[in-house]
Amino acid sequence: MKKLFEINADYQPESFEFTKASQKKAADIIALYPKGRQQSAVMPLLDLAQRQMGEEGAKAEPPHGGWIPRAAMDHIGDMLGMPHIKVYEVATFYSMYNLAPVGKHLVQICTTTPCWLCGSDEIVQASKKHLGIGMGETTKDGKFTLVEVECLGACVNAPMVQINDDYYEDLTSESMKELLGTLAEDMKPTIGSQKGRKASMALSGPTTLEKQAKKAGVA
Amino acid sequence: MPKLTINDMEIEVEQGTSILQAAQALGIEVPHFCYHDRLTVPANCRMCLVEVEGGPPKPAASCAMACGEGMVVRTDSEMVTDARKGVMEMMLINHPLDCPVCDQGGECDLQDQAVGYGFDRSRFAENKRAVPDKELGPLIKTVMSRCINCTRCIRFAEEIAGTPVLGQMNRGEDSEVGTFIGEILRTELSGNLVDICPVGALTSKPYAFKARSWELKKTQSIDVHDALGANIRIDVRGREVMRILPRLHEDINEEWIDDRTRFSCDGLNKARLDRPYIRDEDSGKLVEASWDEAFAFIAGKLKGVKGAEMAALVGDLAAVEDIVALKDLMGAYGSPNMDCRTDGAVFSAASRADYLFNSTIAGIDEADAILLIGTNPRYEAAVLNARIRKAHFERDVSIGLVGERCDLTYPYHYVGPGMADVEKMVKDYKGKMKAKRPVWIIGSGVFARPDGAAIHKALYEAAKELGVITKDWNGFNILHRAASRVGALDVGFVPQGKGGRGFASILEGTKDGSIKALYMLGADEFDARAEIGWKCFVIYQGHHGDYGAARADVVLPGAAYTEKDGIYVNTEGRPQQGKRASFPPGDAKEDWAILRALSEALGKTLPYDTPVQLRTRIVEEWPHLGEFDLIQPAKSVAVKGAGKVLKAAFKNPVKSFYLTNAICRASDTMSKCTDAFKGVDEKMLEAAE
Ligand code: SF4
Ligand code: FES
Repeated sequence: MKKLFEINADYQPESFEFTKASQKKAADIIALYPKGRQQSAVMPLLDLAQRQMGEEGAKAEPPHGGWIPRAAMDHIGDMLGMPHIKVYEVATFYSMYNLAPVGKHLVQICTTTPCWLCGSDEIVQASKKHLGIGMGETTKDGKFTLVEVECLGACVNAPMVQINDDYYEDLTSESMKELLGTLAEDMKPTIGSQKGRKASMALSGPTTLEKQAKKAGVA
Repeated sequence: MPKLTINDMEIEVEQGTSILQAAQALGIEVPHFCYHDRLTVPANCRMCLVEVEGGPPKPAASCAMACGEGMVVRTDSEMVTDARKGVMEMMLINHPLDCPVCDQGGECDLQDQAVGYGFDRSRFAENKRAVPDKELGPLIKTVMSRCINCTRCIRFAEEIAGTPVLGQMNRGEDSEVGTFIGEILRTELSGNLVDICPVGALTSKPYAFKARSWELKKTQSIDVHDALGANIRIDVRGREVMRILPRLHEDINEEWIDDRTRFSCDGLNKARLDRPYIRDEDSGKLVEASWDEAFAFIAGKLKGVKGAEMAALVGDLAAVEDIVALKDLMGAYGSPNMDCRTDGAVFSAASRADYLFNSTIAGIDEADAILLIGTNPRYEAAVLNARIRKAHFERDVSIGLVGERCDLTYPYHYVGPGMADVEKMVKDYKGKMKAKRPVWIIGSGVFARPDGAAIHKALYEAAKELGVITKDWNGFNILHRAASRVGALDVGFVPQGKGGRGFASILEGTKDGSIKALYMLGADEFDARAEIGWKCFVIYQGHHGDYGAARADVVLPGAAYTEKDGIYVNTEGRPQQGKRASFPPGDAKEDWAILRALSEALGKTLPYDTPVQLRTRIVEEWPHLGEFDLIQPAKSVAVKGAGKVLKAAFKNPVKSFYLTNAICRASDTMSKCTDAFKGVDEKMLEAAE
């Protein structure tokens, strides 16, 4: 799906600065790359900016999630000595960078084949109905944004969604609603399988590699 | 040096040559879109697929694969044709079928290659994608749905023009090329995007829907907008110049031209002088006249005027033939007062090496240090600036600047504002210069002040000290701005003998009455109305109603550079032949012919009746002007110059890139550019400071 953004919109802040803490992190990140190759740090720095915006957004009223304003891209470009356009190219290419404000909880629903076969359509319906918004939209209170994404690599526990940094798996329409409800009250839901499945083993427990599972303390 | 076989033909190539280049060397055509021999290789269009036997069993992108020893390559196997057909089909999925209304039609790479590899039906039932058009300024029109995402334009803007503002946004089906933030493209070389784009996504805005390529008459000629003498092709329909394109000349413009050269051609149809005019003494207005009336009027006015009371000035766009004819006419009157440096420059023109771009333009590719003195090459010779940029980025040549700071599109070391800084440099670096082939590029503007001659001498001496001029290397380069200048200097259109008066003195003479008649051949680069005394009788010969004609008492309509055959000598001293592409408008005539006819009316008939006779006369006296495209090396001798160097800083003479001569000033496109880029210019200056 095409990313939604307006680079010159009103909501774009005039300027962007990394906080003290982020500045330290940025310096560490840049130091990871060999001399003359600092531009490679553009991706982690974009992520850093997005996280910083997310932290600030969590406290804001109404809240918002992590996103990267144009000013941040320009700032990163200047930091790394690369033309701004090169930063925009990277930022628009990857779907994980949000270039417009999103809700505090960015709900990314996987609708690729395995999840779809296991009922992702229902998850989509349930979420839309519960939140009262369509795909690509944000709730009025700024808490949720719904988007559809391609495979997130947790097919064994399909259907699944990613909300901010966490995966929620083995969903049903009920557990999805519950999940959204918990988040709306700013509480922490259980991460991972919503059916009590451990890792990606069978629901009833390990059927193979049992010894190893025991050893790892998951069975 | 790997040896390989392509289509059963053997070839040995340099290490690192790509298969595509090797195939081209063998005369085998390999279709391609993204590959361009002056840009980096992204290998993203996949049109150049070939089969490499023994390699992995799939076609390989020949533009990005280096030749290897013993490779066996086929460019015509079934696998190759199938693969290319596949690529072409993919490309056409989203390409609109609007060739009949596309300006690229008839000279489109995609169209041509679709003839070879295209499929005559579409198997694609989904929606075609549409991409919003981008606003890139007054010169480049975009129809982005036609874009095949070859990224040539992105690479050109970044690598050649030095303005990295284009990029590819989003990915997959959503990819689009643009500036993303709605910036317009600010480069003097933007017109080249039109040539570089293999499809009709980027086309010329002023030329939009004007003509089809096959109805144009094409003439190979020489550009006159700066002193580089870029090789161009003039495309005309009827009498009208429809567009101007670059021609390849590796040693001058490679395959680029700047936007003035390309887009000022609409100025050739505006504000033209198409019949003679005589200024009515009572009303002060110019009144139409016939050639005979104009000549008779001049003859009457010149009666009794002595040679020493006459003077002649030559403007920036004149051809050598015109200049020689005027010089001969002045000679017939015994007048020593003439000058071609109407920008007020004073410098020694005693030896050719004094005023040439001695290292030659191609010499920049050998230079290992470049110092720019009192010049902004981006404005004074934009194509040359691209070459300097290349030297910096490809070979890491260090670049210094003395004079006004400006944005050159590459980083430079700022030495200081004036001559004192050059002298300090001599002190600091004498005997310590590591560079073996240093190049100094001195803008002709530094001499446009009273101490010009002294500066010339001082710079020469400094250059000598720092090894810029040695036995086998001469990096002492003057960068002229006017196409006519070197030609005029070569034929000695400067004050004659001891008593001859130069530009400044002539203007003074018109005010104090010692100069009674002034002949201006296309001299439009100074404000004639303000600078010429009101009593002086002024004859203006030229093609545009500009500064010169505004002051003239008689106007003789001449031909613009596209309307006459003429020799132009570029800043390196390279004579080249401009060719006539169309005829001058109305009663206007070729300039040498006007001078010849006038000389007869004045009873001083010039001894040539045909262009051939005139050229013979020129070559007899200056044999090098007959050897086209050859640079006669000039021996460097000590520059003579009198007086003291003043303290003042060097100033860049070109303030507005788009308005440097009468043709540009008449051009709507050029004034649109000036308006559109004004704000951008200011931002750029701030950034440079
Ligand atoms: S606009 Fe033209 S040059 Fe640029 S990427 Fe598209 S097809 Fe290539
Ligand atoms: S020319 Fe080789 S991939 Fe485009």
